Amino acid sequence: MARKVNLRIWRGDSTSGSLQNVEVDANEGEVVLDVIHRVQATQMGDLAVRWNCKAGKCGSCSMEINGKPRLACMTRMSSFEEGEEITVTPLRAFPVIKDLVTDVSFNYKKALEIPAYEHPADLGPGEARMEQIDVERSQEFRKCIECFLCQDTCHVIRDHEENKKSFAGPRFFIRIAELDMHPLDMLKNRKRTAQEEHGLGMCNITKCCTEVCPEHIRITDNAIIPMKERVVDVKYDPARWLGSKIRRREGS
Amino acid sequence: MTELERYKYDVLVIGAGGAGLRAAVEAREAGLRVAIICKSLFGKAHTVMAEGGAAASMGNVNSGDNWQVHFRDTMRGGKFLNHYRMAELHAKESPDRIYELEMWGALFDRTKEGKISQRNFGGHEYPRLAHVGDRTGLELIRTMQQKIVQLQQKDAREYGDAQANIRVFAELTITEIIKESGKIAGAYGYWREGGNEVLFEAPAVIIATGGVGKTFKITSNSWEGTGDGHALALKAGANLVDMEFLQFHPTGMVWPPSVRGILVTESVRGEGGVLTNTLGERFMFKYIPEVFKDKYADNEEEADRWYLDQDNNRRPPELLPRDEVARAINSEVKAGRGTEHGGVFLDVSKRIPAEVIKKRLPSMWHQFYELAGVDITKEAMEVGPTCHYVMGGVEVEPDTAAAVGVPGLYAAGEVAGGMHGSNRLGGNSLSDLLVFGRRAGMGAAAYVKSVTAVAVSEASVKAAADRIQVPFTNSGGENAYSLHQELQEITHNLVGIIRTGSELKDAIAKIADIRARSKNVSVAGDRKFNPGFHLAFDLDNMLLVAESTAKSAIEREESRGGHTRDDFPGMNDKWRQVNHISSFNGQEVIVRQQALPAIPKELFDLFDIHELEKYMTPEEIAKGGSN
Repeated sequence: MARKVNLRIWRGDSTSGSLQNVEVDANEGEVVLDVIHRVQATQMGDLAVRWNCKAGKCGSCSMEINGKPRLACMTRMSSFEEGEEITVTPLRAFPVIKDLVTDVSFNYKKALEIPAYEHPADLGPGEARMEQIDVERSQEFRKCIECFLCQDTCHVIRDHEENKKSFAGPRFFIRIAELDMHPLDMLKNRKRTAQEEHGLGMCNITKCCTEVCPEHIRITDNAIIPMKERVVDVKYDPARWLGSKIRRREGS
Repeated sequence: MTELERYKYDVLVIGAGGAGLRAAVEAREAGLRVAIICKSLFGKAHTVMAEGGAAASMGNVNSGDNWQVHFRDTMRGGKFLNHYRMAELHAKESPDRIYELEMWGALFDRTKEGKISQRNFGGHEYPRLAHVGDRTGLELIRTMQQKIVQLQQKDAREYGDAQANIRVFAELTITEIIKESGKIAGAYGYWREGGNEVLFEAPAVIIATGGVGKTFKITSNSWEGTGDGHALALKAGANLVDMEFLQFHPTGMVWPPSVRGILVTESVRGEGGVLTNTLGERFMFKYIPEVFKDKYADNEEEADRWYLDQDNNRRPPELLPRDEVARAINSEVKAGRGTEHGGVFLDVSKRIPAEVIKKRLPSMWHQFYELAGVDITKEAMEVGPTCHYVMGGVEVEPDTAAAVGVPGLYAAGEVAGGMHGSNRLGGNSLSDLLVFGRRAGMGAAAYVKSVTAVAVSEASVKAAADRIQVPFTNSGGENAYSLHQELQEITHNLVGIIRTGSELKDAIAKIADIRARSKNVSVAGDRKFNPGFHLAFDLDNMLLVAESTAKSAIEREESRGGHTRDDFPGMNDKWRQVNHISSFNGQEVIVRQQALPAIPKELFDLFDIHELEKYMTPEEIAKGGSN
């Protein structure tokens, strides 16, 4: 059942690197990560690759496969044509550490810049009441496995290192949206700070992030666009913003 | 060689899964400086894989639930080998731990009244698992990760440095826990990224490294489950308790081969999934053990009615504790009634409408659709047992999570032993790591405040540094990848779900042989993000764990929970009173017997005496509890 496949793997570090050709067996039902592991165990013992769960749940094995940001554990070998060359390279938006491993610390720095959830002071343990329909909006964004493929593909930072300072990226726009739509969160002005401090305005809604999301989170439609629209609303109608917060607290 | 990095903290937490993060939060909130060590990136720990939920008797769905019922279920599930005090604390405190997460921003699924919803699970008498679809573990990890970020933001405001008092060291491996004058003094390790070495000086170390699944060939565990904490604890002079008990989750994926072992959540059965063999027979009715006969339906009609009316019907046998279901599947496959890939069928498509399946079991739908090309809203899944969880682990004091015999060492979560006895109930792991993660944080904080820290000696530093260098100075030796595969074959074939004395003896000899050969592992390349180098250390840990498991398993001449002996079928009341304690003498693992702490009268009295008679000796029954 095994067939031979040709893999081109980028090997190198921050100073230099190149694509290297390897021929390796692929068995029925395997994914790209299986084949990379076989290369590692039999031909390149020091080939660097991140992975954890191998089930699409942890978001560690992010890389670019034939130029597309993908999870290696969710990319089936059967999705390639017989004889098709498969090229695997590290995420382009982040600095390479070694081979397929990049320095994704940018994302952890951005996470620190998003103000945390603020629980209502008067609501003790077990007292919260929320409707399922209300928590579902934020739950969609909390499915995020932090694979950072959306960050990698986003053209605002993919080839524009200079934008990184002022742009949080799609992953953190859904984090802000999640908190903003959280039925209990007490912190005000999340939409406005998304615009003014986290670079929401730099996004021009090309939906590339939505396309690569392995969790199929509708990043653009359900988080970014509503926040952009509401930013316009709240910027010009403070009374309306206040009303939405009050209604929410009463309903909780 | 670059210069050694040195850090000083009050508490060092090894492991950044649920237990480690919960412990870190607790220690930080007690005013201490905390370092969290993560083998992978922050937020990727195996806890994200937990699907079904966290068990807590909040009684939101059935108000009959309370801590006593949860305690009874836990003891039954563990076949009464649990440390009663851990099971008691766990049952009493898990509701508070769930509410706490909600106050940190977690968004659990809701009931109609807007409370946290709770779902049915194997071995739990009432709907008890707080959940978020089938990605509850991710919600726990993310909530605590964000809680830590919040603590860092607070420190940034107060001290101008987010990492002033709590710092996450991601992609760092600890190779040694260091003691001086018999007390914990710190730990030594290296950055996985660059290979440079790091010394942590800390009077308290909390081990929260999770499980050992990668010791086995077919497992639901991620690469991190290599028993690091179990081995580090042994080497630091702590004990492991009951390492023979491993949980084989009944439903792992079996096809295609690359996904073999990946978990299929128990929620599939909780939501109404049925198990059938290739004859189309719903076989679980044949496998209801005597001790559970009054709680489980013996016919399809009653089992089906239970989903609509839980008060007047017994539960379907698909919801028996995991050890029972795993053995049943194993027997069906052995009897030739399994699928061509060595599994059985699990089907939800006939009972639940497609849109409900996609809503309640979204990751399962996704997982089967993407990885196996199976649409579970239309067809059955193929499933079989997979190594999932180790009940055995570091012997601890229940109230403080302090490791017995090593001042300053703590352990919580899967790496700690005793809580689950011989078999863990689904949902009790997420609650365990919250309850005992917090207790470990409290225990360590109290300890740190009562002692003066001891410095790590230069001799200890040198010894630890020398050890890291070994795989690079070995030449022409063994390949860590091949040795790992050999070990997995041995554990799978000889120390797996069904065991016999002769095979265990064989396994012990073979593991010793691999261990001897592992001293000659040599590594290609340099230290920079080198998986071969990393595996050399993981392998050493896995070998020690496998030795402890095999040696405990050969001693226990009965079958109970996650330990099944073909040559000693059936439970034995005498063995219920025995814990196996593993220790390490520098050369090999030594296993001895120790009396299981006897259950006190007030907990004894929570049970029907006739139920206890199924597990305890007449003398124990006559005594009626220890006080």
